[in-house]
Amino acid sequence: MPGFQKQKYLIDFTLSALLRRKGKNTALVLVYALVVFVLASVLFFTQALRREAALVLAGAPEIVVQRLTAGRHDLIPESYADAIRNIRGVSDVSPRLWGYYYDPVFGANFTLLVPQEFPYGRGNIVIGQGVAEVSRSSIDNILPFWTHEGRLTSFKIAEIFSSDSQLISADLILISEPDFRSLFGLAEGVATNLVLTVKNAKERPIVAAKIKKLLPDTRPIIRDEILRTYDSLFNWRSGILLVVLAGAGLAFIIFAWDKATGLSAEERREIGILKAIGWETSDVILMKFWEGGIISLTSFLSGVLLAYVHVFFTSSFLFEPVLKGWAVIYPEFKLVPFVDAFHIATLFFLTVVPYTLATIVPAWRAAIVDPDAVLRT
Amino acid sequence: MRKADFFLACIALGFSLLALMFVHSALARREAASNLRAKAKMVAKMGLTDLCLFTEARYTRHPVMADLNTPFQDYPMSIEHYPSGALLPVPRHLTGKGGY
Repeated sequence: MPGFQKQKYLIDFTLSALLRRKGKNTALVLVYALVVFVLASVLFFTQALRREAALVLAGAPEIVVQRLTAGRHDLIPESYADAIRNIRGVSDVSPRLWGYYYDPVFGANFTLLVPQEFPYGRGNIVIGQGVAEVSRSSIDNILPFWTHEGRLTSFKIAEIFSSDSQLISADLILISEPDFRSLFGLAEGVATNLVLTVKNAKERPIVAAKIKKLLPDTRPIIRDEILRTYDSLFNWRSGILLVVLAGAGLAFIIFAWDKATGLSAEERREIGILKAIGWETSDVILMKFWEGGIISLTSFLSGVLLAYVHVFFTSSFLFEPVLKGWAVIYPEFKLVPFVDAFHIATLFFLTVVPYTLATIVPAWRAAIVDPDAVLRT
Repeated sequence: MRKADFFLACIALGFSLLALMFVHSALARREAASNLRAKAKMVAKMGLTDLCLFTEARYTRHPVMADLNTPFQDYPMSIEHYPSGALLPVPRHLTGKGGY
């Protein structure tokens, strides 16, 4: 019998055997696919987010300088900028104003920022898509704010950021410097932090060390540290991901352990009968190989494909309750699908291969026993 | 149709979809390239340091700008209580050698 035909007969037989225990095997495939789905979803989501963060934050400030007072962030005097400007390698220092505003009406936190250039002038703001959605406002509407004195003021919405930029601007409100200062009661001559331009990347850690020495109450953060923060974001060691991965890993170990520790009496009997009617040990092992292969391949392919649809077509809606937390403004995670063949291959070798091997080992142990002995037990 | 043929057809379809997934990924990346560049430009123009992943707490909205004590500073004996705090690791520049 030609090899391919033989394999097809074996697959026919294996499928018939699996269909005889339809309920058990369907449940097995569903749970197995679910484990792969969770693992693949986490993998796709974190990988896409990390890659997008690396690309988008490549334009982040080269050095940010914060001031600390009694272990807490404090406003930084703009005079610090003059001292820093004299450090060799620093080509520009600009004060930056930004802060948070809790809106009691919508129960949402906004990030207010004064950009270097704000074309709309006093009384106007530019808002992110998340702010527009939560406040149900559109261009030319007004948005009310409570000032630090408890007085109500309002700003006209001049522009709304596109929904494509939600990952950086969902809760953002751009405002003019005079409006920002009057809203929060900030005196002239102070800023939230300083932003430095240091063109030579090699000089940045040196400049940061010089700033720390010159102004000991400051904390410089260089761009590499920003990028590293997002590179380690959602890595396998971080919080809930470890719980998810550990849960999925344990579930998988239970599967494999269940298979590897032995066959049911019915399966042993089946092997005994097959041996008794003339099947070779190699045929039995091949049949069991196909059994493991059919279950694990079906689960792997459906799990991975569903995970791809989940993360990149439905904006990871199943992760939403976890990611949203108590936040009112929640960016829609329309991620760019950065899929790595290496990750898919790793997932394949971590799920399909061990399960298939775990199916073969007990079958081999049963198949090498005398059929008469197997049938009598 | 034989069961084996049906199964092999399904597996072939599955692998074709897997290959299609990579094609879709490559095309979507190409399509998104200009949008990513625009976002990077926006980040550079506004001097942003963080992605807007979580808006519930300061230290998860801007993890780069946060301190080790930020999650615990709300009141004495305060414990870290925002769900997103369980998702994010502490930025390495706060804990690594030479951290602040």
